[in-house]
Amino acid sequence: MKPGLEKTLISLCWLSGFVLLGAVIILVGYLAYRGIPTLNRHLLFGDTPPLDAMLMKQQVFDGLFPAIVGTLALLAIAIIIAVPIGVAAGIYMAEYGRGPVKKLFSLLFDILAAIPSIVIGLCGLTVILILHNRFEGRFAPCLILSALSLAFLVMPYLIRTTQMALESVPPAIRLTAPALGSSKLQNILLVLLPSCLPEITGGIILATGRCAEDTAVIMLTGAVTSAGIPRSFLDQYEALPFYIYYISAQYSGPAELASGFGAALILLVICGLLFTLSFWLRRRLTTSLLYR
Amino acid sequence: MRASRSLIEWFFFLSAALCGLLTLALFLLMFWFGLPLLGEGQTLQLFQGRWNPSQGQYSIYPMLVGSLSIALLAMLFSLPLSLGTSFLITTLAPKRLAGLLLDTIRLMSGIPTVIYGLVAVFLLVPIMRESLAKGNGMCILTAAMVLAILIAPTMIIFFVNALRSIPIHFILAADALGASRVDRLIHILLPQAWPGILTGILMGLGRALGDTMISLMLAGNALAMPQSVTDSARTLTAHIGLVIADDFESLEFRSIFACGMVLYIFTTIGAALARFLNQRLPTGS
Repeated sequence: MKPGLEKTLISLCWLSGFVLLGAVIILVGYLAYRGIPTLNRHLLFGDTPPLDAMLMKQQVFDGLFPAIVGTLALLAIAIIIAVPIGVAAGIYMAEYGRGPVKKLFSLLFDILAAIPSIVIGLCGLTVILILHNRFEGRFAPCLILSALSLAFLVMPYLIRTTQMALESVPPAIRLTAPALGSSKLQNILLVLLPSCLPEITGGIILATGRCAEDTAVIMLTGAVTSAGIPRSFLDQYEALPFYIYYISAQYSGPAELASGFGAALILLVICGLLFTLSFWLRRRLTTSLLYR
Repeated sequence: MRASRSLIEWFFFLSAALCGLLTLALFLLMFWFGLPLLGEGQTLQLFQGRWNPSQGQYSIYPMLVGSLSIALLAMLFSLPLSLGTSFLITTLAPKRLAGLLLDTIRLMSGIPTVIYGLVAVFLLVPIMRESLAKGNGMCILTAAMVLAILIAPTMIIFFVNALRSIPIHFILAADALGASRVDRLIHILLPQAWPGILTGILMGLGRALGDTMISLMLAGNALAMPQSVTDSARTLTAHIGLVIADDFESLEFRSIFACGMVLYIFTTIGAALARFLNQRLPTGS
């Protein structure tokens, strides 16, 4: 190959690396520049005394506190629903599924992993509208609907991490307990699962991060701009990503815009921490399937 | 003991079956509600013509064009960027820098989409508004540029995995014959890693087509058929996101199910193709 061409190619590679790195630095830098000055008590609680807000004696009207609580509630419910089913399905795929059934499930989970989140949101919305029409307005988009949709959205991450973690357990560990006379289930529950607990935890945290960042599902299934702290599963709620979207589309003044950047910075920190922790826990699994 | 054991094992199977069945149910749901649009010889009308509710025209063709043009343009920007960066990580950069770069890129894939959108609304859109001298800066090009950055990490991670899974003796043989690093890349790495690279491209394209927030926030959401990349456009995903669910029976509301179906079908084709390619990978990466 001609040396000139080779040099050009190499410099283009370096250029593309720097373009991407530059984009991240600009993104995070700009967010920090606009967001950090807004971080104070007023951003979270507005004019309400923080202690009253946290004890739910008073509602917060001009702070991010309800949105943060909404996001946390959403994460907690979605994960509590998703984890048992996702991990169980992962165990089935790794230890029990054989032949064409396993292949079919595997393809279906691949499809599920690739379905755009807005489509899942749409289906959640449709289900609630059907219920709404059938039961004359007793159902409306709400917290539990969003949590169910999100749980479904992140299911593939849980299934795949569990499956891969189990499949990558070395034979020496896998065969010991059965050789000593344990049953298949005992082996799974008492040996295999504990031995890959870090990876499965990593998968759960990754799923949590995906729940925290998703905007498309919740905007169709119950997130609103002002609802206060949700009092029940059937309430509408506020959430950080939806608030950010709303602010970017129709902020009414510099103060609201500033709180939008504050919210973005908080969300970035939450997602960044979850993601880093998840990556650190799953570092033994060298698979690209988890990065869809 | 015996009974409880089989109970737990049933739970494993039922969980998997539930997830699989719900995936199928999703399609049936959209098919059922999109059906009124498909009947009465309207199928063709759905995929050609324009969106003009006052004349009873509910074609999703403009959104299909919007989605495809934004996704393909983003791919056009992102593919060289991602290929270059993954070459940098696997061969060109010193080890520590490569590790740092890869970690940054992994972290990038954890940044919420809505944050990319927010920053672009206040940084990129004003620049585009100034330089295009038409419209308000929200157009196909703007969305595609941000989307290119968004899908790059997905692709790079696949590319790097594919490039790294090549057997070392291929590389050593090439080195022994006096190949330069770029020779090695073009004659050994690329031909060997193509299934992984294609999978990465598919995944990136899937993310680009399936993304809602970027196009919703940055493409302007106009309903007219886009004529150039500087025009405002609405994607299939944004069309679903903008639905106002007040009239359950209206054809306008039904049109979003057609969008959902099209997206689902793209997704299924993509997943099947990726699966087919994965089976051709030398190692199970």
